[in-house]
Amino acid sequence: MKPPAHNQPAGNTPLLSVRNLRIEFPTRRGTLVAIDDVSFDIARGEVLGMVGESGAGKSLTGAAIIGLLEPPGRIAAGEVLLDGEPIHTLPAERMRKIRGRRISMIFQDPLTSLNPLYTVGRQITETILTHRDIGEAAARKRAIELLAEVGIPAPDQRVDHYPHQFSGGMRQRVVIALALCAEPELIIADEPTTALDVSVQAQIIDLLKRLCRDHHTAVMLVTHDMGVIAEAADRVAVMYAGRLAEIGPVRAVVQQPQHPYTRGLMGSIPVLGADVHRLVQIDGAMPRLNAIPPGCAFNPRCTEAFARCRS
Amino acid sequence: MNMPAQTPAPVPDAPLLLVEDLKCRFEVSKPFLNRVIEREPRRWLKAVDGVSFTIDRGETFALVGESGCGKSTVARLIVGLYEASDGRIVFDGRDLGQLQSEAERQRIRRRFQMIFQDPFASLNPRWRVERIIAEPIRVFGLLNDDAAIRARVGELLTQVGLSPADGRKFPHEFSGGQRQRICIARALANNPEFLVCDEPTSALDVSVQAQILNLMQDLQDELGLTYLFISHDLAVVRHMADRVGVMYLGRLVEVADSRTLFENPQHPYTRMLLATIPDIKMEGKRHEIVRGEVPNPITPPPGCTFHPRCPLVNDRCRSEAPHLLPTARGHLAACHAIEEGRQ
Amino acid sequence: MNTLTEKSKTDSLLARILDSDIFHSFIRSPVTVVSAIVTVVMIVAALSAPLISPHNPFDPATLNLMEGFTPPMVANEFTGNVYWFGTDAQGRDIFSAILYGSRVSLLVGFAAVGLAAVLGITLGLMSGYLGGWVDALIMRIADVQLSFPAILIALLIFGVFKGIIPPAMQDQMAIYVLILAIGLSDWVQYARTVRSSTMAEKNKEYVQAARVIGVPAPLILLRHILPNVMGPVLVIATIGLALAIILESTLSFLGVGVPPTQPSLGTLIRVGQDYLFSGEWWIVLFPGMTLLILALSVNLLGDWLRDALNPRLR
Repeated sequence: MKPPAHNQPAGNTPLLSVRNLRIEFPTRRGTLVAIDDVSFDIARGEVLGMVGESGAGKSLTGAAIIGLLEPPGRIAAGEVLLDGEPIHTLPAERMRKIRGRRISMIFQDPLTSLNPLYTVGRQITETILTHRDIGEAAARKRAIELLAEVGIPAPDQRVDHYPHQFSGGMRQRVVIALALCAEPELIIADEPTTALDVSVQAQIIDLLKRLCRDHHTAVMLVTHDMGVIAEAADRVAVMYAGRLAEIGPVRAVVQQPQHPYTRGLMGSIPVLGADVHRLVQIDGAMPRLNAIPPGCAFNPRCTEAFARCRS
Repeated sequence: MNMPAQTPAPVPDAPLLLVEDLKCRFEVSKPFLNRVIEREPRRWLKAVDGVSFTIDRGETFALVGESGCGKSTVARLIVGLYEASDGRIVFDGRDLGQLQSEAERQRIRRRFQMIFQDPFASLNPRWRVERIIAEPIRVFGLLNDDAAIRARVGELLTQVGLSPADGRKFPHEFSGGQRQRICIARALANNPEFLVCDEPTSALDVSVQAQILNLMQDLQDELGLTYLFISHDLAVVRHMADRVGVMYLGRLVEVADSRTLFENPQHPYTRMLLATIPDIKMEGKRHEIVRGEVPNPITPPPGCTFHPRCPLVNDRCRSEAPHLLPTARGHLAACHAIEEGRQ
Repeated sequence: MNTLTEKSKTDSLLARILDSDIFHSFIRSPVTVVSAIVTVVMIVAALSAPLISPHNPFDPATLNLMEGFTPPMVANEFTGNVYWFGTDAQGRDIFSAILYGSRVSLLVGFAAVGLAAVLGITLGLMSGYLGGWVDALIMRIADVQLSFPAILIALLIFGVFKGIIPPAMQDQMAIYVLILAIGLSDWVQYARTVRSSTMAEKNKEYVQAARVIGVPAPLILLRHILPNVMGPVLVIATIGLALAIILESTLSFLGVGVPPTQPSLGTLIRVGQDYLFSGEWWIVLFPGMTLLILALSVNLLGDWLRDALNPRLR
């Protein structure tokens, strides 16, 4: 699975560059390779969708980039470059500075990313103060501006409310405001809409897309939902069993998927308007990490596999 | 909607299931002592507030809506996991609320089954798969000798695409999709006619979802099953259902057959829901604006509960709750705007 | 990797146990292994007391008053016999007395834990599954009981039974009364734990699936819920065993437990402390040490079990 040529956007250094990343989990039953030889770039202001089924390693890749791998997981090989500088070898203290200032995160469950004991205003203000050299009053003013920008009505009153006083969708908006307040260059959004109702999902995707365009922020959008990718991403990376199956511009991948896995994935999604009686199905299930087949990881489920795929 | 006579006789072309003005409320009051001290009244959540529909033999009827709309509560009311506070559920001519003896109840129960959402919670982790699947056979006393039960379990496992040898394993040895197959095998064990499927694929990955949906369709063709299919995913509903009911805050807002509903949605909420479906093939469809969120169901808005999010709202909508009425296009819709023709 | 998948297919129970995470976490904790060995050795020794003890401390015919107060590991000045742990005033071998005493202590401990567990699990299952006024009633009783120290409850129950049972039967019945008193004073923990686990399990879909096909509530509780709430119960029971043994000793030490004719570790300590200040330290020290080591090992086992069964702490 060599990354195709269009993986490297033309021009100067990409904002984020992941090269031959390999993540291992040593266990007492041997070492599990969770991520194997994954390479991709994210350009400034670009939205890269990272799609795959549960256990494909998409969230793990995100965690590795911002240095939040849970032990005993470790980066065994490869590098993560931010603006050409390696960041996977940085000591924890310096990594913490990058996290939040230059790269920030949005998680699936808005309730766990907000501290229930503090008002949202205080949480945003504090984050602004740790990363930027401005006074408290200015930070509060900025917090209200941010809340207005993410579409929270009456932000000058809502700024003093606690997270539980917001609805699910409004909470996720606050989380996005929090992620934006240090003006980061990259946001890693891990399933930002999965916990939300469908009608709220659409609003949050639109918001994320608009804000990142306005602020020229790059986004790595991790999701299992091809629909979210089609709505929001510029390019998409399809992951399977810890490897990249396909990467390319969204329209190309969605309309003419090249990899048999991506084709199967697209065919298995029910679509409105198309009167198909049977969905395309990929037989079997993704292998567990301790039983990844040799050769191409997808070969036992692939209808087009031949001898070379198996070795 | 069919309005049946007081004592419906089991007629072959009568609907298999008839639900009439079904209501269910849950108490969400504070504990007794707090209520007395804080002088608060008891508070109720109307999870289902007057829902009526019918399901014909062999068809798939889907209930669709966002979280808190009461679709899962309807499913649980039908299979008897919750008790209705009002209304009737009539299965094949028998009012489920009027059953006299436990034996009679058991005879009706034998004829329906349920498939749940979370394949990781719906199998007892301490039981082997064969015991899980055999449970309905034993409870209903369908087979008595162990060899026959084992043979039947093997047959069921084969039917859902697993191997009879899998019966010796424990649930944790299977993936999510395989577990959902085991759940389906268990649901088929007592030869039911009617399956209530509560979000059967929403915990699964899409490629596995396709496997399960295909399996469910095959089984329906093969065994002539009737499905009540609960889902929040409109594309899945469009794929599976013959007829669809759209729910919002405990009420049905629109009922129509699947094709006309998706091609020609009438109710403003249905239209909004359809607008949320991502344009997955990127064919450049334009979206209607989606706004607002589902309100807290403990304190629903007065009148039509959708009015704060509705683009067609007027004063009547704010005070008077609409009823499900036939529309010009043959749907049933609960909307003053449609009734008055302001579109 | 292939051999591993092969192995997981073998169905033998032993292979499954040896391959389990619990077993590995056990092997990797030396403290736990030592505690387990000590506990097992003490239980086996207590069980086989009649076989391995050098003397029968309750057979007056074998006692020789001349051997009274023989210090440990010192030859008696009249008979020349050597006793590992010395002898008491009547010339009773302390080591044998400890073996027989541990028997009583362990018997009371296990039986009391069994009683408390059965009572607590039953009430907890009912409370959690039925909810409503049944739950309220059981839990309020539990709250009331919890507001008194366990030893007070045990003393109260003991006192009540002392009043009921005719004096002639009292010595004979003492051990059962003791079990009852300790068991009744300790059920609350089981009930609370089982209740909260039951409330979590009963909403899981496998229980609902059983309800859909009309499995009666007692069978759902017994077959579906009970096996899935036993993990935490095992932890409480292990730690509860140590507590029950200590509680038994405390009661016996206070003189309300088993009679001196059938001494437990607590009785031995009570008898021994009379001699502490006259220099015969061994009479109290060895039973005390035995109690300490037994309680400590069982407690350490319980601690390990709690951690091993709780995936969040691993």
